[in-house]
Amino acid sequence: MTTITDTPAPASFRLSSLINDTRYRSYTFQFIALVAIIATMAFIGGNLVRNLAAAGLNISYDFLGAQAGYDINQRPISYESTDTHGRAAIVGLLNTLIVAFLGCITATVIGVIAGVLRLSPNWLVRKLMSIYVEMFRNVPVLIWILIIFSIMINTTPAPRAFKGEDATASMWFFDSVAVTNRGVFLPKPIYESGSLIVGIVFLLSIVGIFAFRRYARKQLYDHGKLIPTFWPSVALFFVPAILAQLVLGNPITLEYPELKGFNFKGGMTVRGSLIALWFALAIYTGAFIAENVRAGIQAIPKGQTEAAGALGLRPGRIMNLVVLPQALRVIIPPLISQYLNITKNSSLAIAVGYMDLTGTLGGITLLQTGRAIEAVLLLMLFYLTISLSISFVMNIYNNSIKLKER
Amino acid sequence: MKKSVILGAFAVAGLSAGMAAAGTLDDVKARGQLNCGVTTGVPGFAEPDANGVWQGFDVAVCRAVAAAVLSDSNAVQFVPTTGKTRFTALASGEIDMLARNTTWTFSRDVDLKFEFTGVNYYDGQGFMIPKELGVSSAKDLDGATVCIQTGTTTELNLADFFRSNNISYEPVPIETGAEAVQQYTAGACDVYTTDASALAAQRANFEDPDAHVIMPEIISKEPLGPLVRHGDNEWGDIVRWTLNALITAEELGVTSANLAELAGGTNNPEINRLLGTEGDLGGMLGLDGDWAERAIGVAGNYGEIFATNIGEETPIGLARGLNAQYTDGGLIYSPPFR
Repeated sequence: MTTITDTPAPASFRLSSLINDTRYRSYTFQFIALVAIIATMAFIGGNLVRNLAAAGLNISYDFLGAQAGYDINQRPISYESTDTHGRAAIVGLLNTLIVAFLGCITATVIGVIAGVLRLSPNWLVRKLMSIYVEMFRNVPVLIWILIIFSIMINTTPAPRAFKGEDATASMWFFDSVAVTNRGVFLPKPIYESGSLIVGIVFLLSIVGIFAFRRYARKQLYDHGKLIPTFWPSVALFFVPAILAQLVLGNPITLEYPELKGFNFKGGMTVRGSLIALWFALAIYTGAFIAENVRAGIQAIPKGQTEAAGALGLRPGRIMNLVVLPQALRVIIPPLISQYLNITKNSSLAIAVGYMDLTGTLGGITLLQTGRAIEAVLLLMLFYLTISLSISFVMNIYNNSIKLKER
Repeated sequence: MKKSVILGAFAVAGLSAGMAAAGTLDDVKARGQLNCGVTTGVPGFAEPDANGVWQGFDVAVCRAVAAAVLSDSNAVQFVPTTGKTRFTALASGEIDMLARNTTWTFSRDVDLKFEFTGVNYYDGQGFMIPKELGVSSAKDLDGATVCIQTGTTTELNLADFFRSNNISYEPVPIETGAEAVQQYTAGACDVYTTDASALAAQRANFEDPDAHVIMPEIISKEPLGPLVRHGDNEWGDIVRWTLNALITAEELGVTSANLAELAGGTNNPEINRLLGTEGDLGGMLGLDGDWAERAIGVAGNYGEIFATNIGEETPIGLARGLNAQYTDGGLIYSPPFR
């Protein structure tokens, strides 16, 4: 009986064995599939080229060098309406990156807190967190963006409410911060000569904090002495820089926002559209991350918690030192896809008038130049690059915390 | 990656496959229905009424064309389009014509390959501002926050206006008119800018229309008119001359009241040619002799359409102004029917 399972002699290849022989069959079908895919794509591409030619259109990226002619409110780099469409696209790209970055950080913070609290022994906290997760997960993010934006513009005062004798609104923190329905106006630091020294002193004090903590740890491990670290760190953080600022005669000053004409002038502006989009994306994606965190924590065997408890660790430390580091291995891979979701969902920005990549390149530029195919292809390329970069960086992090198997 | 390229290519191919050039008239006749692109809702210009029937100044042009071609003013499928989707919808053949507050510009005519078939409303970009701010001229708007409907010529005019006057502003781009109004009324922007006719139309829906003023400056020329695709001149002629028929009817005093009587034949040869009792103008268009009579019969001549939808008697309350007949000092002028 054993002879039946013997492989046939290698010389027995015939044309029919491409179908009948299991060794070759899979290659045959893969080859057919490949040819079919190439043929389909060639047909679609050819069809596109033919139809574009018939309509008298051509694919050209010359429009990127032409004058844009429109203004953008939030400009991370200098931009005028006389600049090119290409530069407008870059401004949009930076705005996308800004909101994606802020959104990822905030969503992670919200998600980790909510995920941990979902497992809280406190019934009320647990239920509140599951209400949060279910509410935000199950309503489309566009609706959240619109709701948060409408609530914001309708509940905060307009700049004109700050005006005159009978002003109905007032600024906060000694007239330094104004919260309006167009955004939040904050004081802006102005750097004069000597600020560099203050900056260097500040950086040195941060280095000092790390050195001090290292020293404290060494003392603890080597000599068993417990040195307090929290208050000395706080002091190191503030005192040297403030002293340098005073000694050098206040080289860093603050420019306060002031109501002039229609709007607040001076200081920094965080626009309402950015706040609404940022907050909506963070709180929406935070709900998904909370579930990832919960899943990660529950994947850690209960024995770990009990063992840590048996060693005398308090619940907070068990979570931070034992459970979360192990849970990260489960949490990180789905977290990557949530970060990608934030980046992609940020293309809904135009709903609140935030000029991101979709608003500039895929919006006004597309409409003014009529170059839909070119603009959309470029848009795809930009988003693909951003997403792949995020995934690349996060995968490096994931590999660094992965369980090392030796 | 590969999959998204395939899908993208499918989308692009599907989009371009619709670009069959000639024969729109035959397509419309075969379908028995005209696909007409309109706005998503601007009071007076194009908006569904309480019964869901589209009404308005732009809608009347669609209905007139449908009546001329298909003898049925209700054989129109109205396709609501936004500033963003309108050109794609027309270029792809999803709609046969676009009658949607669209400004006739060089690049749209030449580069985007559309054919503007005339002007049914001469408009210009204006500014609306709450009265309480006490601003009387657009040149005093330095530092103001301006709400703009995006995807239009508006944002380019605005940038040019503020640049040439050397004053600063903060643009707030907004997708639709309704959202712009929401932000404007909440005070999130000081000024709202779009075509002056649309400003008047939207102000009519405000709680307190008198608290808002439209400033005297008109910063651009906005000739609004219906448009079709390049490359089908027969169809373009039909849309162009249907609009001209409505205009000529007003000039010659043909109204919905006396239409039936005049169609029996008159002493005025131009009226006779227009209404098909003399000559064969309809045949030249590939239609029958009564085409113009049917078009005018839907809602009357240009002046009547203006008066019922956006005229001074309506809540929109627009004066004829530039849109009066040339004989009354306006710009509305049709080439002769000869």
